[in-house]
Amino acid sequence: MALKTFIEAVREGLREEMVRDESVIVLGEDVGKKGGVFLATDGLWTEFGDDRVIDTPLSESQIVGTSIGAAIGGLRPVAEIQFADFIHPAFNQLVSEAARLRYRSNNGYSAPMVVRAPYGGGVHGALYHSQSVEAFYTHVPGLKVVVPSTPYDAKGLLRSSIRDDDPVLFFEHKKMYRSVRGDVPEGEYTVPLGKAQVTHPGTQVTVIAYGLMAHYALEAADRVAEENISVEVVDLRTLRPLDKETVLDSVRKTGKCLIVYEDNRFGGYGAEVAAIIAEEAFDYLDGPVTRIAGPDVPGVPYNHVLEEWFMVNPEKIADGIRKLAAY
Amino acid sequence: MATTKPALADLDLRLGLYRVMVACRRFETRAQELFFEGLVRGTTHLGIGQEAVAAGFAAAMRADDYTFATYRGHNHALARGTPMGPLYGELFGRANGLMGGKGGSMHITSAEHHMMGSYAIVGAHLPIALGAAWSAQYRKSGQVAVCFFGDGTTNIGAFHEALNLAAVWKAPVVFVCENNQYMEYTAIAAVTAVARPAADRASAYGLEPIVVDGNDVDAVHEVAVATLGRARGGDGPSLVEAITYRHGGHSRADPGTYRPADEVSSWLARDPITTYRARLEAVGVDAADLDRIEAEATAKVAAAEAAAREAPEPSPDVIETEVWADGSSRWRN
Ligand SMILES: Cc1ncc(C[n+]2csc(CCOP(=O)(O)OP(=O)(O)O)c2C)c(N)n1
Ligand SMILES: [Mg+2]
Repeated sequence: MALKTFIEAVREGLREEMVRDESVIVLGEDVGKKGGVFLATDGLWTEFGDDRVIDTPLSESQIVGTSIGAAIGGLRPVAEIQFADFIHPAFNQLVSEAARLRYRSNNGYSAPMVVRAPYGGGVHGALYHSQSVEAFYTHVPGLKVVVPSTPYDAKGLLRSSIRDDDPVLFFEHKKMYRSVRGDVPEGEYTVPLGKAQVTHPGTQVTVIAYGLMAHYALEAADRVAEENISVEVVDLRTLRPLDKETVLDSVRKTGKCLIVYEDNRFGGYGAEVAAIIAEEAFDYLDGPVTRIAGPDVPGVPYNHVLEEWFMVNPEKIADGIRKLAAY
Repeated sequence: MATTKPALADLDLRLGLYRVMVACRRFETRAQELFFEGLVRGTTHLGIGQEAVAAGFAAAMRADDYTFATYRGHNHALARGTPMGPLYGELFGRANGLMGGKGGSMHITSAEHHMMGSYAIVGAHLPIALGAAWSAQYRKSGQVAVCFFGDGTTNIGAFHEALNLAAVWKAPVVFVCENNQYMEYTAIAAVTAVARPAADRASAYGLEPIVVDGNDVDAVHEVAVATLGRARGGDGPSLVEAITYRHGGHSRADPGTYRPADEVSSWLARDPITTYRARLEAVGVDAADLDRIEAEATAKVAAAEAAAREAPEPSPDVIETEVWADGSSRWRN
């Protein structure tokens, strides 16, 4: 095992899939010679050349639309959207076309492709370089949505996403790119889509999180452990399809559930998880299903005090756990 | 002028063009009646008057070339060889439909015939067609993607995005603007900065302006052969503007009364099918042969309609199928 950063794991996953399968193609703004603004694709152009690592024009609907067509034609495109905030011009292609191809053709064809996008705040990116956009897409049947939290998962899930026969949105928290390290084994392994993981076993409160929040949930669990509160942390890893069984098993055991997400609270992904728990595990609950999430403001503000106020952090999560535990 | 019999190969081609146009016309004329009868629900967008574009291009395409079309897509599906029975079935929303009743008139798709879909979000399919062409280029398969769209589509961003990148990549794609003079109810000239909505934009992407009489199937076919050949030969994309006219309104029951009467009548006089029949007769084709082609089309349409009428409604069970690759709309743990 080697210790790798999150972005190294992404890069390795991309590279090894490109070696494995000639139909895997990388495209996006500055992904070639520059290697991407975060350097996620660094070195790929040198190794695989112009045919497989493509610098596109600045046109997100085109990047995604062209990837759909290429996927129809048998390629496995991996498109990079420079920041998740810039994915909206491609919303139409993702929602109206990519998600619907299999259904509308009655399985005549589909768009096996991956769209990678760095998301999230806490890096002073402010209004247009910090957003979480997953809820727009988890709403759409036909799309899969993956949010890894560790280098191990990033590489394993990226490989599975590239091999998957459906369009996958793969969101990488940019704050984790270089701040999160973890063991990544040599050689081939994959992490299946649609499987959550219990990353911290416990008995009193379930905390459900993903992406950067999965780390903060673990920190919060450690903090409240000193106060004798036993927390079970579930890292969802894939948001759609949701691994309901792992979620419900944990909640049935603990009877209390806190859902954590960085996105705006109202209508965020966690709202759906809360609804599912209410519908399917009501008899087991010993308290309300609660949420710690971003405030309902239209963007992550710039000033560091304001940004800290926006961001969910381990202490806010710990507070949420304490309230629930006392219930 | 003495009439001479055209060469046989040429004659086969031309009778084929006629056969496709007539089949399209009969199919759609009946489809409209069936719409008024309530069998075809929702809406329909007919290409009556525009058949020469579909027929002329399809005849120049290889079986594995890709077609991308719009909601006005019946003609393109038929021209690529999609059978009429499943096509009516889809219009009726029946279980025998091309897509099992999930799509309907606006979303005709038949991957088997490389009819890669009728797209109902204006402009969305241009980047997609480019992507398919790119895959062909990458795979060195020699396939070409042909993408049909309307004049109104030239004013949406995706048109420009796709043309730019297609030109940069020298992609094997032919963009065909069927300029039928109108968007839905607005004349294209009223909302477009240039006179020829597609051709006058070509130079912005380093392409030749190509304008063709979209009601002359021979002329369309000639342009199709040239542009497909260019694409297949590695010389890059083309943008073709085919000048044509829809005989009816935009969709459904739209009588199209926003169009001046003399404009409509002058275009009706240039009907691509009757004018082509006259041309074929002028070069010595027997009227009886042409009559037979028409009778065959009528019979095929009737048989297809009967098959679709008899087909059952789809079972509600299919609603949750083919959402994800596991076949279901639910994840199976
Ligand atoms: C993005 C989008 N905007 C608006 C519409 C509604 N609409 C459907 S067809 C149409 C006119 C399109 O005109 P044109 O491209 O000339 O095609 P035609 O119908 O003449 O074949 C409009 C506005 C749509 N389907 N998609
Ligand atoms: Mg038009």
